[in-house]
Amino acid sequence: MTGRGLGFYLLLAPLVLWLGLLIILPHIDMAIVSLRTRVAPREYVPSLDNYAAFITEPLYIVTFLRTAIMSVLATVITLIIAFPISYYIAKIAKGRSQAALFLMCLIPFWVSELVRTFGWIILLRETGVISGFLQWLGLADQPIEMLYNDAAMMLGLVYTSMLFMVVPLTTTLESLDDAVIEAGYDLGGSGFSVLREIVIPHAMPGIVSGCIVVFMLSLGNYLTPTMLGGKGSLWFTELIYSQFIVRFNWELGAAFGFCLLGASSLIVWSILRLTGQTLERTMGEGK
Amino acid sequence: MSADSAPDLECRGLTKRFGDITAVKDVDFSVPAGSFFSILGPSGCGKTTIMRMIAGFLEPSSGDILIRGRSVLGVPPNKRPVNMVFQHLALFPMMNVAENIGYGLRRQGVAKAEITRRTGEVLERISLPGIGARKVSELSGGQRQRVAIARCMVLEPEVLLLDEPLGALDLKLREKMKIELKSLQAEFDTTFVYITHDQGEALVMSDAVAVMNAGRFEQIGAARDLYYRPATAFVAGFVGEANRWSGRVTRVEGDTAEVQTDAGLTLRAPADGLKTNDKVSVFVRPEAISIGPDAAAMQDQAFGTKVQVTAMLFNGANSRVLVRDPQSGSEIDVALPQSAGFANLDKGAEVQIGWTREQTLCFADTAS
Ligand SMILES: Nc1ncnc2c1ncn2[C@@H]1O[C@H](COP(=O)(O)OP(=O)(O)O)[C@@H](O)[C@H]1O
Ligand SMILES: [Mg+2]
Repeated sequence: MTGRGLGFYLLLAPLVLWLGLLIILPHIDMAIVSLRTRVAPREYVPSLDNYAAFITEPLYIVTFLRTAIMSVLATVITLIIAFPISYYIAKIAKGRSQAALFLMCLIPFWVSELVRTFGWIILLRETGVISGFLQWLGLADQPIEMLYNDAAMMLGLVYTSMLFMVVPLTTTLESLDDAVIEAGYDLGGSGFSVLREIVIPHAMPGIVSGCIVVFMLSLGNYLTPTMLGGKGSLWFTELIYSQFIVRFNWELGAAFGFCLLGASSLIVWSILRLTGQTLERTMGEGK
Repeated sequence: MSADSAPDLECRGLTKRFGDITAVKDVDFSVPAGSFFSILGPSGCGKTTIMRMIAGFLEPSSGDILIRGRSVLGVPPNKRPVNMVFQHLALFPMMNVAENIGYGLRRQGVAKAEITRRTGEVLERISLPGIGARKVSELSGGQRQRVAIARCMVLEPEVLLLDEPLGALDLKLREKMKIELKSLQAEFDTTFVYITHDQGEALVMSDAVAVMNAGRFEQIGAARDLYYRPATAFVAGFVGEANRWSGRVTRVEGDTAEVQTDAGLTLRAPADGLKTNDKVSVFVRPEAISIGPDAAAMQDQAFGTKVQVTAMLFNGANSRVLVRDPQSGSEIDVALPQSAGFANLDKGAEVQIGWTREQTLCFADTAS
């Protein structure tokens, strides 16, 4: 024996089972499915037809690009909103108000995503709260429909992602010594230069890990685009859903799934390259 | 330099309140150009609060701060001609040594080539040439210390503030850095304001020391004055070591007061405005006490008594003898003279000790 007894293997077993059964196995199966075409009932031949269909059909490729770009946009907006919030929680709020603010970011996640999204529908729909309020104020003379467009969908995506950006940002910002920020001012820095040269470089691992999580959540989101987005704002996950469930075309659906996986890997890799971070550093920044 | 030029730093009636507590009470001092000024006090007495007000991170509740004769109240920290070495140095971990030092110059908009030149120059002056490309985390404690000072000095501030900068170093390095800091100050010829709770640091390096207690300055003076002529009981107890008794004045005769300690010793001290029945604290430094084999050797002392050795605390040049006065039972700490003949004192030996009237420091207890 090498000193690794039964205990070691027992501890390792759940990890291996999880990786094997829930990640690797389904993906291998998906890969095989995506690389075949049905020629007759229950009769398949290997081919690249599904991927060819993805590239040649404009609806697919446009939806795919739109989804990727909108996800990047949602990530950027979330970052811009979450950064000041996190800075406030980590550096300015003290004691109880700090805990209260953090809780306020957490509370929406006590209800399911469906209910959370439905909350926005109640606010934004034609007969909803905001529309009614504007009419009551006299700012609008007829009901306004604010749902079913890209803006509403973006709102939902950002709202859903906020916590996943605030948590890593707050953690990294809290680990920045106040004296370092003060030293920045003491040596002649302005608010902007302290932010650019000291705060942001320090928070970079948190920014990157938050962006990766938010981007992947947005890219793979199904509920929010479906409920809040309009006819024009089709999300790529909706295409995958319709191939699997509505059309029963598992082959094309699986190919779409792989394209999405490829896109998210590529974009995450570019974020890491652009910011000079590594996956270990950004995900292990809790230390 | 003209004789009538304004001091580099002056504080007038400086007060800071945080809610109910007053952290700094009515502090007045001025620091002449080019001198090394220390504020010495126990932890929590308000030293950092004074520093932060001078640096501009806190607004005084009342009072004024003047740098080279101009009030800096309302001037933000990044516009004040003072720089601060923080308690834990606060070097920028995301930058290398050269970037750390060049930070302030970049903020001033100095040209790149000039920044490189001045950074190299200042690294030379702190005797660390060529470490510009190193990461901060690769430096030793003493090197970081010097880089933190260089980062400020490259900006040529009027006043450099140092907040217990040696606190994080180990004892050996601290001793070395004390001497180095003093020579850096001479090298840069800048006014240093240094705060510490360590009297050794303050006494060794400073031209003037302010002793601070509970938000107030108790006394400002040269190290020698604080040690030999403390103005208050707190200073006598805090600066240097001393045997301390509390007691009452039983008699005043001419310029001599007779004091009876609570333990029953009868001592004589300079009268200095003391009155009969005043409650007093009496301090006698261990090295002020003479020690001799018998009463004949103690003829010239104002106070003498026969005592028993209870312990020998050998520590080279700082060796001590603990003795007990058999009548009062009080224990007295005596510095061991370096002359031969006392090295063999043993527990239980009988010796004669004594000290002069002038070496008995006596302070009336204030009502507080
Ligand atoms: N921001 C603050 N709010 C409330 N009290 C403070 C604050 N800063 C310092 N104090 C109080 O002021 C007193 C002096 O603190 P400080 O100046 O840090 O002491 P020192 O540096 O001498 O150890 C302490 O009692 C401390 O609790
Ligand atoms: Mg302090």
